[in-house]
Amino acid sequence: MNVLELKNISKSYGAIQALRDVSLAIEPGEVVGLMGDNGAGKSTLVKVIAGNFAPSSGDILISDQKTVFHKPLDAQKAGIEVVYQDLAICNNMTAASNVFLGREPTRKIGPIKIVDYAFMRKRSAELFARLKSETRPRDLVHRMSGGQRQAVAIARTLLSDAKIVLMDEPTAAISVRQVAEVLNLIRQLSDHGIAVVLISHRMPDVFEVAHKVVVLRRGELVADKKASDSSPEEITGLITGAIETA
Amino acid sequence: MSDPTLADAINRSQHHGLIARITSQQIFWVFMAAVFACLALTILTDSFATERNLFNVTRNFAFVGIVALGMTAVIASGGIDLSVGSTLVISAMTVSVIMSAGMPFWVGCLAALSVSMLVGAINGVLIAYAKMPPFVVTLGMLSIARSLAMVLSDNKMIYEFGPDHDFLLWLGGGATFGLPHPLIILIILAVTTAFAFRQLRWGQHLFAIGGNENAAVLTGIPVARIKVSVYMFSGLMAGIAGVLEVGWLGGVTTNLGQAMELTVIAAAVIGGANLAGGGGTAFGAVIGALLIEVIRNSLILLGISTFWQGTFVGAFIVIAVAFDRFRQEKT
Repeated sequence: MNVLELKNISKSYGAIQALRDVSLAIEPGEVVGLMGDNGAGKSTLVKVIAGNFAPSSGDILISDQKTVFHKPLDAQKAGIEVVYQDLAICNNMTAASNVFLGREPTRKIGPIKIVDYAFMRKRSAELFARLKSETRPRDLVHRMSGGQRQAVAIARTLLSDAKIVLMDEPTAAISVRQVAEVLNLIRQLSDHGIAVVLISHRMPDVFEVAHKVVVLRRGELVADKKASDSSPEEITGLITGAIETA
Repeated sequence: MSDPTLADAINRSQHHGLIARITSQQIFWVFMAAVFACLALTILTDSFATERNLFNVTRNFAFVGIVALGMTAVIASGGIDLSVGSTLVISAMTVSVIMSAGMPFWVGCLAALSVSMLVGAINGVLIAYAKMPPFVVTLGMLSIARSLAMVLSDNKMIYEFGPDHDFLLWLGGGATFGLPHPLIILIILAVTTAFAFRQLRWGQHLFAIGGNENAAVLTGIPVARIKVSVYMFSGLMAGIAGVLEVGWLGGVTTNLGQAMELTVIAAAVIGGANLAGGGGTAFGAVIGALLIEVIRNSLILLGISTFWQGTFVGAFIVIAVAFDRFRQEKT
C-alpha cells in the first residue's frame, strides 16, 4: 500500500509549466529525499501535496484513495503535515505551548474554558520521548538548540495522526551536531511508520537518511531511485542535467 | 504517570530554585526599586509616609495602572496604542455629557465604555485587516478622539452630573475599607487580566502573535480577530479609567489624559512588556505604574520642579528598553 501516490501531476501558472507529469509513490515509513535546483519545482510539488495549490491536472491518492485538497486544512486532515523552514515557532513560549499552538486543549471551570497546561505538558513530554529528544516541555524555545527546535516542530506534526511529514530544508541553517539530531528525528518518524519527504540541498544529509531519492529538473521528474543504488555524483549530474535521466 | 523519567521531564525546568526564578524577573527588580524609593522617601521627607499622601499616590497610580493593563496586551501582541489618552478623554466626556443631560449613571457609563471599545475596534480593524502600521493608525486616532471629545463638549468644562452626581464622585473619589475605589478596581482588573493572559486561549494566542506572527498564521490562530479584540481591550481599559477619573476630579475638561500615552507605555515597558512583542505581564504593568507614580510624587515632595517629570518618564522608557536589549545580547 502506498501512503501517498501522485499520478501525472502537472501544474502551470499561465504559460509557465512548473510541474509536468510528475508521478511518485511513497510507502509508509519511507524517507524520500526530494532534490533539485532552485526553480526545479520542488516547492510547487510540496505545495500541491500540502493542499496550498490544486494541480492543473493529475491525481493525488492518499492510502490508495483518490483525494482532492481545496485548502491546507484538507491535507492536514488527510494526515499530511508540513514542517516549515522557519519552523513556525514562537520563541517567547514554552515547548509545550508551541507543540499545541493553535490547538490548545481546554478544560471547563464553570462557564469558562481554560487552557489545560497539565495535559499539554504531559502529552508533549510523551511526544519528545517518542522522538528520543531531550527537549523539555516547560523550557522556553528561545534558549533551545536548533535540533531541539526541530523536535518541537516535529512533535507538533505527531499531535494529529500524521501519515506524511513534509520537511522544507530542515538542515539548512544549523550546526553539524544539530544536523545529526535532526536526521535522528527523521529516523524516529520513519520507525513509527510515518513517511518523510525531505526537501534539501545538502547531499550528505539526504544520503544519510533517505531510502529513496527523487530528482526534479525543470518541472519534470528525472529520477526516482533507491538511495543505495545511486550516488551523490549521479544525483548531482541529474540535478544539473549532465545526466539526462536515471 | 507510571514512567518516572517522563514525569521528571515534564516537571523539570530551566530555572532551578524559587529564588533564582524570582530574581531573574525584571518585575522583581522594578518592585525592589519602588520599595527602595518608598523607604528612602520615608526617611528623607516627613510628608511621604502620611496617610493623605499615600492615599493620593495609590489613587493616582491606579489610573495609569488600569490603562497600562490594556497597553501591555497591545504591546505583548506586537503592537502599540498611542490613542489611550484620547480614548480616556472621549470616554470621560461621553459619561459627563450624558449624565449632565439628566440620564442615570449606568446609561452614561455604558455609553462611555461602548465608545471606548468602538475606538479600539476601529484601531484594530485598520491594523489587522487593512494591515496598516499600529503606530500610524493610533497616532491618527490620538488626534481624532480628542478632537471629537472637544466637539462633544463644545470644549467646556463639565462639573454637574445630574441625578447620579454623588454616585459618580463616590465611585471615582471615595474609598472602601480605606482603599481608594480606583485602586480596588485596578486590583480586580489586574487579576482578571493576569488570568486571561495565562489561562485563556486568547492570552496564549496574543502572546503567540507577538512572538511570531507568521507562526500564528501558519498554525491557524485567528490572528486578525485576536488583534481587533486586543485593541478593543485597550480601549475598554482606557474607557474605565476615564469614567473613574471624572468621578475623582469632579469635573472634566478636554485636556484630561493629555500625553498620558507616554506614561502608560513607560509603565508597561518598565513592567516588562517587550516593545518587540511577545512579552509582558499584568502585574508588571501595575508595578511599573507604581514606580512611576512614586518617582513623580517624590519629585514633588523633594521640591524638584514638575518640569522635570517628562525627563524622568522619557528616560525611564529608554533605560527600560536598553536594559532589555542588554539582557537579550547576553543570552
